[in-house]
Amino acid sequence: MSVLRRLGNAALAPVLAVAVALVISAVVMLAIDVNPVDALRVMFDFGEGPTQQITALVVILNRAVPLFLAGLAVAVAFRAGLFNIGVEGQYRMATVLAAGVGAAVTLPGPLHVLLTVVVAMAVAAIWAGIVGLLKVTRGVSEVISSIMLNFIALGTASYLLTGPLRGSAEGASIITTEKIPESGWMPSLNGVFDLFGLANPPRQLYGFLLVAVVVGVGVSVLLKRSRFGFDLRASGMSPSAASASGVDARGMVVKTMLISGAVAGLIGMPDLLGRDHSYGTEFTSGLGFLGIAVALLGRNSPIGIALAALLFAFLDRASVPLQIAEIPSSVVTIIQGTIVLAVVIANEVARRLTRRQAERGSVVAPPATGDGSTGGGQGPDGGLPPDDGPGSATGPGIRTATGDAGRTDQPQGAGA
Amino acid sequence: MNESAPLAVELRGITKRFPGVVANSDIALRIRRGEVHAIVGENGAGKSTLMKTLYGMHRPDEGEILLDGRPVTFRSPADAIAAGVGMVHQHFMLADNFTVLENVVLGSEPTKGIRLDRAEARRRIQDISQRYSLGLDPDTLVEELGVGDRQRVEIAKVLYRGATTLILDEPTAVLVPQEVDELFGNLAELKREGLTVIFISHKLDEVRKVADAITVIRRGTTVGEADPRTTTAKQLAEMMVGAELPTPQTRTSTVTDTPVLELRGVTVASAGGRPAVDDVSLTVREGEVVGIAGVEGNGQAELVDAIMGLRPLAAGSIVLGTEDIAEWSTRRRREQGIGFIPEDRHRQGMLLEAPLWENRILGHQTRPPSVKGAFIDRKGARTDTERIMREYDVRAPSPDTLAVALSGGNQQKLIVGREMSAHPRLLIAAHPTRGVDVGAQSVIWELLKDARAEGMGIVLISADLDELIGLSDTLQVMLRGAVVATLDPAALTPEELGGHMTGARDTGAPNTSVGAA
Repeated sequence: MSVLRRLGNAALAPVLAVAVALVISAVVMLAIDVNPVDALRVMFDFGEGPTQQITALVVILNRAVPLFLAGLAVAVAFRAGLFNIGVEGQYRMATVLAAGVGAAVTLPGPLHVLLTVVVAMAVAAIWAGIVGLLKVTRGVSEVISSIMLNFIALGTASYLLTGPLRGSAEGASIITTEKIPESGWMPSLNGVFDLFGLANPPRQLYGFLLVAVVVGVGVSVLLKRSRFGFDLRASGMSPSAASASGVDARGMVVKTMLISGAVAGLIGMPDLLGRDHSYGTEFTSGLGFLGIAVALLGRNSPIGIALAALLFAFLDRASVPLQIAEIPSSVVTIIQGTIVLAVVIANEVARRLTRRQAERGSVVAPPATGDGSTGGGQGPDGGLPPDDGPGSATGPGIRTATGDAGRTDQPQGAGA
Repeated sequence: MNESAPLAVELRGITKRFPGVVANSDIALRIRRGEVHAIVGENGAGKSTLMKTLYGMHRPDEGEILLDGRPVTFRSPADAIAAGVGMVHQHFMLADNFTVLENVVLGSEPTKGIRLDRAEARRRIQDISQRYSLGLDPDTLVEELGVGDRQRVEIAKVLYRGATTLILDEPTAVLVPQEVDELFGNLAELKREGLTVIFISHKLDEVRKVADAITVIRRGTTVGEADPRTTTAKQLAEMMVGAELPTPQTRTSTVTDTPVLELRGVTVASAGGRPAVDDVSLTVREGEVVGIAGVEGNGQAELVDAIMGLRPLAAGSIVLGTEDIAEWSTRRRREQGIGFIPEDRHRQGMLLEAPLWENRILGHQTRPPSVKGAFIDRKGARTDTERIMREYDVRAPSPDTLAVALSGGNQQKLIVGREMSAHPRLLIAAHPTRGVDVGAQSVIWELLKDARAEGMGIVLISADLDELIGLSDTLQVMLRGAVVATLDPAALTPEELGGHMTGARDTGAPNTSVGAA
């Protein structure tokens, strides 16, 4: 089956990378006197009884949804040869403003949710669009401008939170925006468990899961089946060939950034609409940077990104049990970090192998083209420094991100 | 030449298989020391595979390689270099922002402690430059050098690493006639110093001029050795393709009175101050081939970009049919009937890492059979790619093959097929047969002739003067961005044309004539 072979080829590099990363992590664990087998057992221990186990699954899924959206946002830009490092700032700006708008209005249920989501998408799209505009009008590298805009976004979000949009009482230790009224909450999917006769856990399974699936399918169709997606991928593979074929290179940069931004705007929505109902100092951070890692691991294909998001979510959930078992939760950070490094290397190796195979005249399955991690573009102005870019950018990001992320997994009782 | 001395290079029964194809089978090659040995054959005939074998880029499945009579095994190009075999690639591998010295030593730097020993490097490069009359200045930046000089830098690179056998892969493909003569002078120097040169080409006249012996390869195997002194180009070609050599000549004029493209005072600015294209006016009529001659870098590429809408006009207008298209996007121009065979197919014509059927769509994203509404019609594109592969003789396993797997000639045939399939009114053909073999060349020539006969207007840019003279109805010569002569190809020799291209002949001299009759 050629389809199976193609899938196998595409999955080979990431699977190998994960395996190598696990081995390296095991060595590191041994070095810090942690028994890797114990650590692994704790990570796979989903607790006793069906309720606990299903709760663990819900935690993983709830975590995977925003990670998937983040990976998707990064991948859309990657496919066009653009490196959107600004996803972090884009979703934080989007979430604080959407939280503000959501709290300020009262509308019938679905409309209220829709308005909040649309505001988030629009804000993030505009924020990402600035990057695109700077690139086409002033020739500013999107890597630089999106990093810089992250700082501005985080600062602005803090200002909005402590200033105009502040909802929590003066002197409270946790500052949040005004709570979104109940009409603007996203219903949970917990009904599904009853439907299948499973234990209904106290934790709410985000209704946004469905939205994420729809967005994933939409992005997949857009990239692979649509004319626009063809132009986008062509720009990623060879900007010069795309221009000669009639693609408006400047327009494509702006449009791609707008789409990437719009998807980035959704990242904060599962937590905002499904659990927190307000944006605050404790709101999940670091998802934008994790998204880069997830996109890399998923080789920029929606299905791959979904799997990568699940893996990262699984690792994330493990940090609390690890701490309980008196194993440093930084084990998770180490695994995630080594995975990213291993994936970058594995993708490049796989790309060279496929290309060499192809040049020798044998028929091979097409690789995941426009793979941002490998600087797939063949044109001289194709863009990014391929290797150090992702590595150095995600390294620190992941560390802070998992630190914060671990915290969000502690029961907050919002939905319980 | 001492016949009893061991051969510099001997290949015996070399066979190389790739999954599904035998690229080389039972190749025999005997190259004497101190000779220029040409290897001719179509692209896809297996020349490149053979040279990769000799240069250690892969290992043969059968057969043996002997250097100076001793069998050798190369695991990598490094082994080949150590054994004195060097390769000058067709596409230069030089860093533009480095000096000649830095480029030459890159990868095998003489060091003093951990520092680059510039004095030693300079001494050795000047020594090489003098011995083989390469005329290189170690301190010039490569970006300031012309194509011919760059090639000499590549040759110096190989000599610097101590090569005694040089493989030159299509070295003349990028050179104008004057530069070719200079290269041949260099080769004579190399030969005089006792070096062996393996010269890969498909330009048979050149091969006959420079080679001491010729080996012909067809369909992966050696069909024989020829003596350049007693063999005609025609005989060589017949050995190569097993058929008669095609000529670019078009027979009867099909030029009509209806203009397809009119350029009026087209000017394109450049960063350097002097416009890249300077006030160019010309007309292409239906059924007419207008050839643009000129030494490369005299504004032809910029003119093509301007017609395709890839570069803004500083002044002037471009009229397609009756409409001024100067403000149109590239896509609209393509939709309205301009076909484009770009000069550099890897840069502008293909997505190398995409399958052929996606390459079929490229440039035709808005038109059937590749699209349905806003969506890609995968089935339609695949089917049509199969048709193009059949009709235009693109040799590839399937439409799902990656473009990078095809030989240059097959890639070019796919591009030509793709552009012709849209039935354009106007075709911009920039170097349509560059780097393709005789077989593909004749196919492409025939296609251009057929298209012309059907009333297509064609702008032909080429560095191959025979091609220009043979195919064109009118020739425009560009020099420093301006059209300096309009010539009738019917009464023109390549030498005369070369003179116009370098500005050796005054513009407006008596022999300047308007040929669009």
